Amino acid sequence: MADRAATGLEVRLSQAGPIALQVEMDCAAGEVLALVGPSGSGKSTVLRCIAGVIRARSGRIAAGGEAWFDSDAGVSLPPRHRSAGFVFQNYALFPHMSAQANVEAAMGHVAPGERAARARALLDRVNLKGLESRRPAELSGGQQQRVAVARALARDPRVLLLDEPFSAVDRSTRQILYRELAILRRDLAMPVVLVTHDLDEAAMLADRMCILHRGRTLQAAAPHELMLRPASSLVARLVDVKNIFRGRVLGHDESAGTTLLEGLGQRLEALFDGRFAAGTEVQWAIPGSHVILHRRDRPSRGERENPVRGVIADFLPLGENASVVIRVDGPGEHLRVTFPLHVARRNGLEAGAEVVVSLLRDGIHLMKD
Amino acid sequence: MDWNALTLSIELAAWTMAVLLPVGIALGRLLAWRQFAWKPLAEGILALPLVLPPTVLGFYLLVGLGAASPVGQWYQSAFGRPLVFSFEGLLVASVVFNLPFAIQPMQRAFESIPRDVRDAAACCGLTPWQALVRIELPLAWPGILSGMVMTFAHTLGEFGVVLMVGGSIPGETRTVAIAIYDSVQSFDNAAAGVMSAVLLGLSLVAMALVYATSARRTRGRG
Repeated sequence: MADRAATGLEVRLSQAGPIALQVEMDCAAGEVLALVGPSGSGKSTVLRCIAGVIRARSGRIAAGGEAWFDSDAGVSLPPRHRSAGFVFQNYALFPHMSAQANVEAAMGHVAPGERAARARALLDRVNLKGLESRRPAELSGGQQQRVAVARALARDPRVLLLDEPFSAVDRSTRQILYRELAILRRDLAMPVVLVTHDLDEAAMLADRMCILHRGRTLQAAAPHELMLRPASSLVARLVDVKNIFRGRVLGHDESAGTTLLEGLGQRLEALFDGRFAAGTEVQWAIPGSHVILHRRDRPSRGERENPVRGVIADFLPLGENASVVIRVDGPGEHLRVTFPLHVARRNGLEAGAEVVVSLLRDGIHLMKD
Repeated sequence: MDWNALTLSIELAAWTMAVLLPVGIALGRLLAWRQFAWKPLAEGILALPLVLPPTVLGFYLLVGLGAASPVGQWYQSAFGRPLVFSFEGLLVASVVFNLPFAIQPMQRAFESIPRDVRDAAACCGLTPWQALVRIELPLAWPGILSGMVMTFAHTLGEFGVVLMVGGSIPGETRTVAIAIYDSVQSFDNAAAGVMSAVLLGLSLVAMALVYATSARRTRGRG
């Protein structure tokens, strides 16, 4: 952890207004941390606080062991003394300058004679060779984003901050830019904070995700971990876990590694979770990926795990997948699952059909009520 | 044709521009980006010359700069002559009645620079002064130019305030607008005609310049 503090980014912010903030997050050198939350959750505000263009009431921001902001010590460096590269949502390029001049504008620390060559090298690195003399208005959205990335890196920053950098381009360009960022980041040794409201984007590009809700950081973990083990039902909803139910812990069988749960009107086996005593009311979630369809043609492994019967209440083909809502027999609660369309077709899934699924034990995750 | 009056008018316009260029940039930028409680009042005061009758503005300037006023007394003791009915007095009046013409276009120009672009300048490591010179002024220059051209044209054309504060002293306070009035009063329509045509031409060129820069700005954004 000492290493982490020496090279990484450490952010603690708190204020009651004008935008309420209660933020605690860390990002190690070379790590991409996605700051994820619905719009209005304060993501951009946090990023701006790190860059120093706005100032939180209290807290501490340190990069590479150097305090950029420390309300207790009365430290608040202006943006120009914080070595942060910032890619703005709409890029905020200087419209009267060429791509090359935009990048050179951030090279105040470089000897004047070396700036042109270094700016060209950076533009080359973001695949803009040959477009150095174009002004922003003469570049496409994707090209403007690349100039913005080159300009942010031109400062040789200790921290790279990306504010929704893919939101202003079309889908196909976005796919290309994802690849480019993934390649670029291999060589980046600084902490990278990516603000996005897009969970898929965060899961694809980030090593860890930090969930922000109404200015408060709720949980930070690897994307997979976060989707599978959300700390609360609020986090579960924010990471788009569809199946969240109420239940009650019946007891534990520690030797078998299971916790027994009453849910969906039946007895379910979950992975052992000693945090909850028998009798505790809990919420539990299961991702769609851990709901297995019992096939009609041949039974498969896992079918004995938590079988649940129901009727298909809604069947909606969406591209190559089918979105299926199963009304569970008994309590009438709904399970939402996505199956590949061909699997759904082969198994005769359609509205009104009876179906049996298994809830895999590993996927059932208990949360505080 | 009173060439003397025309020269005086142009001199007055040039000095007014020289004073209002830094003042307009500073105030325009402040009003564009800062929020403060009494901002509407400040903007209202600065816009007053647009709506007040020139005689009212002239009257208050006459009282405010006159021999009985603190400003007038200070000027008298410092320079040994009265401020009103002098070129300097006229310049003070000209600066005051041109405030909205200079500041408003500059304020609009600074307002049109997105907050993110200003923040980007700071995040690129530029000092506030570097950001002003390299980013803000180049982006705001069409508005700054408009403000200056409006000031120039308006100074040439102002009549009421000049008459109230300056009178019509040849070579000191008799501007071309006053000279035209005096010519007509003395039935010299030929001289009035020539001077009016010169003013008309200058004003037309100035306004065309304002529209040309704003058109250029619009195209540049598109």
